[in-house]
Amino acid sequence: MRISELHVGDALPERAHTPSNVSLFLYNAAVWNPHRIHYDETYARTAEHHPGLVIDGPLQGDWLAQCAANWLADHGSLERFQYSNRQAAYLGETLTSGGKIVAIDPVERLVTLELWVTNAAGEVTSPGVATVRLTG
Amino acid sequence: MTGLLTEAHRAWIGHETPAVEVEVSRRDIIKYAIATEQVREIYLQGDEAPLMFIFNLFGALRPVSALREDGLPSGTSAGPKLPLQRVMAGGVALSIHRPIRPGDRLTGVNRITDMYEKSGRQGPLIFTERELRVTDAAGESVLVEKQTSIAR
Repeated sequence: MRISELHVGDALPERAHTPSNVSLFLYNAAVWNPHRIHYDETYARTAEHHPGLVIDGPLQGDWLAQCAANWLADHGSLERFQYSNRQAAYLGETLTSGGKIVAIDPVERLVTLELWVTNAAGEVTSPGVATVRLTG
Repeated sequence: MTGLLTEAHRAWIGHETPAVEVEVSRRDIIKYAIATEQVREIYLQGDEAPLMFIFNLFGALRPVSALREDGLPSGTSAGPKLPLQRVMAGGVALSIHRPIRPGDRLTGVNRITDMYEKSGRQGPLIFTERELRVTDAAGESVLVEKQTSIAR
């Protein structure tokens, strides 16, 4: 990947994510998150009034970081990353991560990426921004 | 300003939690990489941690008997009791100085960097900004995470 070949507006590859009961359990085990809204559906519905098991916000943050890191591969490094969770998502939903180039600084070799996770209705559940520095 | 934050609240600005030390294992990186369905071999082999591996890496480890009804440990975020109780996560911003690798011995220190009020459309909001500084065994910065929580 060469910075001279990149253009503002270029799209990053999209990826669909459909967490399963098992993958959501493994994620919460890996990050040591015991919050019951992620694995106890009866509790999530009755005590916290969710329509189902909640897909973790930081997991969506991971998908945003993956979108940037998978696109960048070994052509540089991630220098800054920010995200927020705007809207809840639930087990059974398919969410899609994607992004585009919004700025290029050829002198500093910095590329700024706008990132998003959207739900089936096209609503952004988690927006993000990443800045990467290209080596090539 | 809505006048909810007192001097006693604002005295928490600058408060630091005790340093937490974490040893990063290849196996923990691989578990995280599998759970998040990473595709790059560098992560799946555990040679380098995906960026968001940092999430809750320095979180409290409490016995089962100390967990609340909702499963979470109580009182793990240092800070004053606020006059607004419903707390939402705001944004997270990371400055990354180098990737995390197996064998790293990391130290995390959390600090309250700011507290302020705003008037929202549905009433007052209190913002608390925290900064997690992660350094390695040589004392070099690995990353800085800034996190905002919003009480309403």
